[in-house]
Amino acid sequence: MTATNEQPILKAEHLGITFGGLKAVSDFNMTIGKGELIGLIGPNGAGKTTVFNLLTGVYKPTEGDFWLDGEHMNGKKTYQVVRAGIARTFQNIRLFKQLTVEENVLVAFDESFTYRMGGAIFRTPLFWKQEREMHAKAMDLLKIFDLDGLASTQAANLPYGQQRKLEIARALATGMKLLLLDEPAAGMNPTETEDLLRCINTIRDRFGIAILLIEHDMSLVMSVCQRIQVLDYGRTIASGTPEQIANDPQVISAYLGADDTDSADGDSTDHATPEPSIAKTMQEGAR
Amino acid sequence: MKKSMLSVKQSYLVCFLGILATFGVVMALCESGIANSYIKGIMMTACIAIIMTTSLNLTIGVLGQLTLGCCGFEAIGAYVAALASKYMVATGMLADPTLRFLVTTLLGGVVACVFGILIGIPALRLHGDYLAIITLGFGEIIRVVIQNLKVAGGMGLDKGAAGQALIGIERTANLYIVFWIMIITVVVLFMFGRSRYGRAVKAIRDDEIAAGASGLNTTYLKVLVFAISAFFAGIAGGIFAQYIGSLNPTMAGWLNSINYVIMVVFGGMGSITGSIVSAVGLTILPELLRAFADYRMLAYSVVLVLVMIFRPQGIFGSWEFSLPRIVNRLLFRNPKADGKDGDGATDAAEPAAAAKTAATPATEAKEA
Repeated sequence: MTATNEQPILKAEHLGITFGGLKAVSDFNMTIGKGELIGLIGPNGAGKTTVFNLLTGVYKPTEGDFWLDGEHMNGKKTYQVVRAGIARTFQNIRLFKQLTVEENVLVAFDESFTYRMGGAIFRTPLFWKQEREMHAKAMDLLKIFDLDGLASTQAANLPYGQQRKLEIARALATGMKLLLLDEPAAGMNPTETEDLLRCINTIRDRFGIAILLIEHDMSLVMSVCQRIQVLDYGRTIASGTPEQIANDPQVISAYLGADDTDSADGDSTDHATPEPSIAKTMQEGAR
Repeated sequence: MKKSMLSVKQSYLVCFLGILATFGVVMALCESGIANSYIKGIMMTACIAIIMTTSLNLTIGVLGQLTLGCCGFEAIGAYVAALASKYMVATGMLADPTLRFLVTTLLGGVVACVFGILIGIPALRLHGDYLAIITLGFGEIIRVVIQNLKVAGGMGLDKGAAGQALIGIERTANLYIVFWIMIITVVVLFMFGRSRYGRAVKAIRDDEIAAGASGLNTTYLKVLVFAISAFFAGIAGGIFAQYIGSLNPTMAGWLNSINYVIMVVFGGMGSITGSIVSAVGLTILPELLRAFADYRMLAYSVVLVLVMIFRPQGIFGSWEFSLPRIVNRLLFRNPKADGKDGDGATDAAEPAAAAKTAATPATEAKEA
């Protein structure tokens, strides 16, 4: 359960971003090794999604650097970052709603196609060959998520749980080394969450990728993550194994503080005394 | 591929035969004298409208970006083709009128395409209403510049906006050639739409952020679509110039552009079938209503309002007519053969025009 000694997949050093006068994220450090599953938690508005946006090139970091597999990634555009190997899912599902399930995956394969405009217009043999190959590849990928039977369904018509899965499948199709999952279990019932958990474990074992997970479902985070990093107000307040995190008083108070005020604009000094039930959940999950 | 269906090559053949049949009908009408010059003129206008509408449909329906400057590009194509043609006539280059028509029209398309790229790069940073307004602005700029260009018949920038028509353009446009240019346009746009490019462009329409996060270079694709659209608008302009024989800068105005936008929305955004049918329909409709003289524009507006109330997604939605699908149904009678029927609108009106869409894959099969 420890990071491997080879080159880390992701290395972030002192990463930070300022919006006007607001420091959304500061001094963010993280190392993710091959095949690791890291959790990123924190109260609402702590800057977790901002970290994702930094790592995927949506925002340009105002300080610090990050490397993917040794390649310096600062200032790259989103599509360049994705092609280099970081893919993500979104907190609120973003599918190509009017495309079919299969087409959603094929879009993410786009980079693997080599035929150009002429090939498309004149329907060259290369066009047919690649479309056939990619169709087969897409179906293989969909099979992992039990979506192959729904390949020609419009994505908008899928039930919620399957839309989540499709989003992950699409991210996988980009052929990435690091997968960023933004609250994949949000809005799911326990059965769906369990199903998703199996899915995440399968893809990690099968593709040997690293995963960075944002999640509010503590039992999920505690049970799957090897290491956890906790953000509050853009700063890392703790990082370590699930056991260490579950017993960290700062983490518990940060969580409960935000839990009371229910948003980031709450007063940070207003830390309530740890509520036993939540601390218990955290510890139980850690076991 | 399911069994008991046409193979891809057979489908293309069916489509090609569909196009040939349509062409046969057009030719028969013209050659037999049933179609007088008035009817021929309507057919020519319809062909130009189809090129404009299907190419605009790529930007509005497939890419999902509302642009109101398409006639600016049409005007660029028209003036470039017209001036090139005049120059060639004056210097005796390319004596063959057909060849001259093709070369000048293509030149008009290429120049419009270049302007499409130049305008598209800054404009496509915006979305929705903002993009609509900025393209509207560019359209007007093009109009005013043409109005003031001495070479385009204007009085010069120092004389103010004294629009003057450019006249005396050789009228070399031939209905048969224009028909085939129209077919090529539709085929190219259809093939583009049913390829990795079309998929990527539709993905941008559905969710641009997710498209970027799936590794698509969204800026490049948007400018590409804009350029293709401008290219075909330029082609349409080149044909228009050499069909009418005179040009007026007002053709670049936003009123004309909105007319084409209406055609796209009316037919169904994203549907090539819809674009073709509404381009033909809305070209013919005002002519049919000529009998009502003063009331015809009123009736035209009422038709538009009614369609938007009862079918807000346009006549065809995103449904596409497919000749091979019909042949499959007739030959193999497999009710479950194709589930992609969309909203299931059965194509009653304009079978000839719609056949062209279906027919699209065919021409290429021959070329390949």
